[in-house]
Amino acid sequence: MKAIISDAWTIAGKDLGNEWKNKQTIGMMVIFSSLVILVFSFAFDPTNNMVKAVIPGLIWLITIFSGLLGLNRSFLSEQENDSITGLRSAPIDPSSIYLGKVMANCTMVAAVQIISIPVLFLLFDYRFMGEFLWFLLVLAAGTLGFIIVGTFLAALAVNAKNSEMLLPVLLLPLLSPLMIAAVQATRIILENADIQDAMSWIQLMAAYDLLFLAACFFLFEFIMEGS
Amino acid sequence: MKQKSGFIDTAMFYLLIPMVFAALYFVFIWSPVEKFMGAPQKIFYFHVSCAWVAFLAFFTVGYYSVRTLIKPNIKFHIHAGISAEIGVLFTTITLLTGMIWGKSSWNTWWTWEPRLATTLILWFIYVAYLFVRRMEGSWEKIAKLSAVFGIIGVINVPIVFMAIRWWNTKLHPVVFGDGKNQDGGGIEPPMLFTLLFCIFTITLLYAYLMRKGIEIEKMRHAVKKAKNKAINRLAG
Amino acid sequence: MKELVHMLELKNLTKILGDKVILRNVSLSLDRGESLAVVGPNGAGKSTFFKCTVGLLRPTSGEVYLDGELISKNSMSVKQKIGFLGHESYLYSTLTPLENLKFYGKLYKIKEADKKSAELLKEVGLHLFRDMPVRSFSRGMVQRLSIARVLLAEPEILMLDEPHTGLDVEAAYLLNRILKEKQRRGTAILMISHDFEQVQELADRVAVLSKGKIADTMAIRQGSNLEALKEWYEKAVKGA
Ligand SMILES: Nc1ncnc2c1ncn2[C@@H]1O[C@H](COP(=O)(O)OP(=O)(O)OP(=O)(O)O)[C@@H](O)[C@H]1O
Ligand SMILES: [Mg+2]
Repeated sequence: MKAIISDAWTIAGKDLGNEWKNKQTIGMMVIFSSLVILVFSFAFDPTNNMVKAVIPGLIWLITIFSGLLGLNRSFLSEQENDSITGLRSAPIDPSSIYLGKVMANCTMVAAVQIISIPVLFLLFDYRFMGEFLWFLLVLAAGTLGFIIVGTFLAALAVNAKNSEMLLPVLLLPLLSPLMIAAVQATRIILENADIQDAMSWIQLMAAYDLLFLAACFFLFEFIMEGS
Repeated sequence: MKQKSGFIDTAMFYLLIPMVFAALYFVFIWSPVEKFMGAPQKIFYFHVSCAWVAFLAFFTVGYYSVRTLIKPNIKFHIHAGISAEIGVLFTTITLLTGMIWGKSSWNTWWTWEPRLATTLILWFIYVAYLFVRRMEGSWEKIAKLSAVFGIIGVINVPIVFMAIRWWNTKLHPVVFGDGKNQDGGGIEPPMLFTLLFCIFTITLLYAYLMRKGIEIEKMRHAVKKAKNKAINRLAG
Repeated sequence: MKELVHMLELKNLTKILGDKVILRNVSLSLDRGESLAVVGPNGAGKSTFFKCTVGLLRPTSGEVYLDGELISKNSMSVKQKIGFLGHESYLYSTLTPLENLKFYGKLYKIKEADKKSAELLKEVGLHLFRDMPVRSFSRGMVQRLSIARVLLAEPEILMLDEPHTGLDVEAAYLLNRILKEKQRRGTAILMISHDFEQVQELADRVAVLSKGKIADTMAIRQGSNLEALKEWYEKAVKGA
């Protein structure tokens, strides 16, 4: 297990170091999420008070849309020179490839959120009044679940020619329960309502994360193993 | 081999014809008209039966996906695929009848009723699954990938249902009131019998379609194999 | 010295991809310090044969033993022993040669990976380019680097799929020297090649793979005739 994590860390480090050097993917993701916010502020007049109600949904919308860009890249970048085969023939557990990619993607999406969520609050003139720690927790649980399933399906979709198009089609239906829970929990926390109400949603997210982490962790081997 | 499967298919076919007519008779003539909703309530029988088959078909996909992963076998792969294709059909029917039902009883084409909404998500998962199967590559590879996706999808379905139900009860606590009038104000025995009969008939229909579909798919594979063989022989 | 366990042993390896039989009943064995060249026409199944041996593809039937251990899908000790050079370079084009080697060094758990990578780069003559991204490399340079990648882990068996492609005369000579040195120290070498000169130079034995079958094998003695080798090859391919 320790070896798996250290290998995963090596792979994540390679991806993140690469990203740090050219900042292409993260840059695109930030710009894209800002554009989504912009389009939404045209679609719904931000000065209208009613619009505050869509903020929780928007947080997750920009996370998913920008995250999809990064997820698409994460395995496509391994297709060049077939380096995924290099990883497969290396003496590492296939699961560590998955774990490494999850770590890298999580870091990237979190980095994008750090920029795009304040921008969202700014452009929609939203004053944050909820409990910050709970907000972070919900954000972390939701993002983690999204990345867990997303990374797995990205590895699956990359086998297709049109993988960029296939990934959202595969991913979004599977994300629906997580998104319902995440949006509801975020709404409750942003409205500063009783935390107890959000509790069951947070539990649902935690259960979803754990269940799919376990399932994807074990099934990943089948995706990697050649026929 | 050919003879035997042919016999079972024929038997099923000749059993299905009277059963479908009987089901129609029970639904439209024999069973009493529901007091509050009147005639449109009758769509309920088909709606429930199709929904049952839709979910059954999906769990069949899950079952054969697991078996494909344990031991790759083209038979399991074909079974899963045919079940998914039939599943899409029944999911679509469930959605359409559900919408008609919603329009007549709540005067809206769509409600986020948990079962109906889950069916919608199920439809999307089915379609995604079929997309995975349309990928290019050898069947072993596709079998593996689609089986993995099938399993993840099946795990997801109960969670979707739970999430949507919670969401519903928390968002609109007093929607239609659970239970009673949602299912048409207490089921009378003839109605129950009709419902069960319909479910049975449609399940049998599913089994029949499944057998036929598998047979056709196997033929397709046999033809492809023969073709490849011939090409190989010509190529030397 | 008698060796009970072969370094590599294939027993009745058969591989069916889709509906196509690509390998039929291939049996081979290779000892430590021995080098075997596999030759054969394009599409004969040589690369597929390698992939099955490395464990990238799962054989439809038959077994592959490495050092007495069955290659199943997931044994790390087996993978540690294999150095696999494929058609593709498996390198990250955005990283520099040094970073590439370091990354693989970490995955193969090599001690002092930094020092060793630098040494290897010098050896394959890429020392001056160590801080340029691989993207800007020429084909031959990439091939040199991928050879360095394979050698980095000091594998006990080298599996080289057309190692000489793209290499200039000097590099080919260098590679042959390195391989001979490795072989002398007990590394088993299995290689695919279309270049009979190199085959004659390097291999102790040659096997012809044609239409998924081993058509013939032959031992090569020092100073044997190149023309005779070619003739024998053509005959073996026709006979298959
Ligand atoms: N993924 C695949 N699916 C189906 N057939 C394949 C696949 N990969 C290779 N083949 C077939 O397998 C056969 C052997 O391919 P392989 O790559 O092993 O040839 P090779 O001997 O390495 O040829 P070359 O000398 O050109 O490298 C070819 O006929 C090819 O068409
Ligand atoms: Mg080849």
